[in-house]
Amino acid sequence: MDLRAGVARFDASTGLARLSRFPFALLTWVGSDGFPMSAAVTLDSIDPAAGSASFAAPAGLELPTDSEVSLTGSHIRPQPGVGYDERRHVTVWGRATAAGEGRLAFRGDNAWGWDEADIPFPEYLERTVGQSQRYLESVSRETGRSIRPRLSRGWLFLRATRLPFLSATLIPVAIGLAIAAANGFFDPLTAILTVIGAAAVHLGLNVANDIFDTRLGADDTNVNPTKYSGGSRVIQYGLVSLRGMERMSLAFYAVAMVIGLVLLALRPSAALLAIGISGIILSVGYTAPPLKLVYRGLGEITTAIGFGPLMLLGAYVVQSGGSIEPAAVVASLPVAILVALILYVNEVPDRPGDARAGKRTLVVRLPQRTVITIYDAAAAAAFAIIVAGVVLRLLPLPALLALLAIPLALRVHQGLETYYDQPYGLMAVMATNIRLHLVVGAVLLGAYLAVLLVQALAPGRSLFLQ
Amino acid sequence: MTWLAEPITDLLEAALVAELTAIRPGGRPVTYPLIPLWDGARILMTSSILFSRKLEHLKADPRVSLSLSDPVALGGRPARATIQGIAQVIDGDPHTDWERVLPLWEAKEPVIRQFLDSRVAFPLFFERAVIEVTPQRAYLWPDGDTTSAPVVSSAPRTHAAEVA
Repeated sequence: MDLRAGVARFDASTGLARLSRFPFALLTWVGSDGFPMSAAVTLDSIDPAAGSASFAAPAGLELPTDSEVSLTGSHIRPQPGVGYDERRHVTVWGRATAAGEGRLAFRGDNAWGWDEADIPFPEYLERTVGQSQRYLESVSRETGRSIRPRLSRGWLFLRATRLPFLSATLIPVAIGLAIAAANGFFDPLTAILTVIGAAAVHLGLNVANDIFDTRLGADDTNVNPTKYSGGSRVIQYGLVSLRGMERMSLAFYAVAMVIGLVLLALRPSAALLAIGISGIILSVGYTAPPLKLVYRGLGEITTAIGFGPLMLLGAYVVQSGGSIEPAAVVASLPVAILVALILYVNEVPDRPGDARAGKRTLVVRLPQRTVITIYDAAAAAAFAIIVAGVVLRLLPLPALLALLAIPLALRVHQGLETYYDQPYGLMAVMATNIRLHLVVGAVLLGAYLAVLLVQALAPGRSLFLQ
Repeated sequence: MTWLAEPITDLLEAALVAELTAIRPGGRPVTYPLIPLWDGARILMTSSILFSRKLEHLKADPRVSLSLSDPVALGGRPARATIQGIAQVIDGDPHTDWERVLPLWEAKEPVIRQFLDSRVAFPLFFERAVIEVTPQRAYLWPDGDTTSAPVVSSAPRTHAAEVA
């Protein structure tokens, strides 16, 4: 099967074999008046191996015997009140000759078609992106003005920055601030600056990731992007230019660096300086040469460090003035593991395209069984650390409520077992995995907010194991 | 007003899918399944720029035929029809031009409103051209049997002249 522009091209035998599954075919030809013409026919004799078929000729119509005709099968399943599904069509081109007694004999030449059971609709759309760009270029030439696809500014910003993923930053930063507050350190101004600065680094990273994945070919070779994987696609779709994305990324990093310098001026400490520099290096080096950490199978560890300890401890040391509390380190670990698992699972549907582009992520390197075993072990470790943290009196007792999220991890495990090779089937699995990080993070945050509440309402009482 | 017979406009209004046949460079007929919409005078279809090869063919040769043949897509109606006509591609602004046919589209495929509400997820799918077909000649098989000669009707001469 030759896949170009989403549709499959194949030989006449394959086309006729497919056509034999349709209840009737549409015979199409170009008449002597230059108009195309078509009429339904029933293929009562079809021999795919021989590339031939025969049928009763439509009555009262003049058919050519010296030019190409085609037979098309088309199917949908109506869904009342919705639309339809089970879309498939196939066309076989060839020549028709009179076979006597009002019948026509058809000999096939070649065929094309699409079946959403073979090529899911989202992949079909993705494979035709190049055609859409060529078309818009030709329309621009015809009209003498630039015609490009558009989205409203708000939607474009959301899509280009992958804004919803900002939860990966907001959770550790909020936990870091809450732990600092529970230890008596809280300054609203620097807290707000910390949130904005951390968010700017994250958005700069997301945009830079698209820039370098485009330059290195990983996003272009991916024909199965989903809501959670495969990048924002704004460059591939022509919604934002590469240069526009570069400007956007630089702007986010500039904001982050200015805020970082302000925070260093307001709360100078060696710890904050080290965390800030490490964060920028890991953020840029995640996809950018020469480090290209994610291309070397180091994406998960980079993400774990960046969106776990660095974010959480960074927020903490801004408030504490440089000191680091062991509880903050422990609280950052399950968050780090679970955010790394978001990337890990989101890489599963991307792995064919990543492999083609030389992006050797962990899931590209490892077999399915090992990938799932590592997921299980890492998720178990995240929950074990929370239990250990409570037992060691480093985390408050309500943190144990995070264990209620274990069924989410089990659902991800089951989803990976079932849908490992189905990019669109994995979408719900990826969503559950993101929810796992959100729920555990929210529970840890809530546990420290409960500590603050008890401190305010019942001084002397403790939510830590005695 | 239309010169198309009522059994044909009934098929057009019911059809969830019709097969549009265009002519490729070199003269080969090529067929695309599309949702036909009927505004009382012209047949309207829309095509995403993702599937714009057909639009290129129509711009090169606007002569088309539209087949209404699948009883399943026609809500169980046994009749079949083929309409020949002249197609015009309207794509001056693919972002908004097609939205005028949205009410007709939504009537046949209600789920499209949900997709449109999440346009951010399918940005290129909703960059679309309108294909406007002015009927010239129609063939009707009232019982769907094409081994019987069709009932043929043509656009009144004045209408055809306007189109030409």
